Amino acid sequence: MSTDELTDAIVAGTVTISGHGGDQIEAYLARPVDQASRGGVVVIHHMPGYDAATKEIVRRFAVEGYHAICPNLYSREAPGADPDDAAATVRAAGGVPDERLVGDVAGASAHLKGLPGANGKIGVIGYCSGGRHTFLAACSLPVNAAVDCYGAFVVEDPPEGMPKAMQPILHLAPKLSAPLLGLFGVDDKFPSPDSVAALDAELTRLDKAHEFHSYDGAGHAFFSVDRPAYRPEAAVDGWRKILAFFGTNLSA
Amino acid sequence: MCTYLTEKITVDGSGKGSTGWFGASEATVYVDHPVHAQYGHTVNIDVLNPALGPSARVALELTEETALALADAIRRAISSAPEGLASKHQ
Repeated sequence: MSTDELTDAIVAGTVTISGHGGDQIEAYLARPVDQASRGGVVVIHHMPGYDAATKEIVRRFAVEGYHAICPNLYSREAPGADPDDAAATVRAAGGVPDERLVGDVAGASAHLKGLPGANGKIGVIGYCSGGRHTFLAACSLPVNAAVDCYGAFVVEDPPEGMPKAMQPILHLAPKLSAPLLGLFGVDDKFPSPDSVAALDAELTRLDKAHEFHSYDGAGHAFFSVDRPAYRPEAAVDGWRKILAFFGTNLSA
Repeated sequence: MCTYLTEKITVDGSGKGSTGWFGASEATVYVDHPVHAQYGHTVNIDVLNPALGPSARVALELTEETALALADAIRRAISSAPEGLASKHQ
């Protein structure tokens, strides 16, 4: 066999997809080259934006055998901008509206389902503000699995003066359409262990399938490999749990 | 933006960002995760002109001690110059 023949190749790059309102938005797509039957994963980026670390996460899911995509939630306000400039622009404008987020995730999901080999199953995962967005998306759209990584302001009221875009959404829990995996750090303040426990209790009360893990010695952003918050032990175990969860829920 | 209040004010002057000098119109100050500074949270200061696009931005990420020290230094510099020298109505 020629050494040029890669048997587990992926392809990754920037695409344009149809998002909320039919808007053409930028997204980063990564998928195995072959056309075997695969589930899809929508990655919702954190507030600092559609950045290099987030794109690495998208590629990781492709390496693990999924079609993966991350819509650029700041595509309308800041097309082509540096991610931190885009984040500052959107922050100053009040944040991403919830309705628009849901529409963009719906568009990303539809794009994945249209890929050759797509088995029709969709998982959603988000980090930080993306965790809250994942919960929102899973309560608003039909998905097959949702992973909330340290999403704040699902339960608790944000501090006074936060933009209107970040209101609690616990009241949406009855509409959760998929099993939810929640990964949190015990040292995190937003969400605090009390907020995590409150969400856990409410999902139990509603008989919604969910599995929460809170890591000792970890706080917010423990998956972030480019920040002091990185906690390798929690992140490695977290990834293992995410892949097992998606393996169970996104297979044909 | 996982955390705190964003203070926003109008500013009058210019800033130098990644693409050069621009006329600044507003500044935002917020405590949040930094992009570059090696801390979990910093005091983040952006001087912007949204009308000119996202790259018209001067960004700072400082610890709270040095952000306050900067605020004090601003006051000291102004008070040591002739009154009104740098005023809008100079």
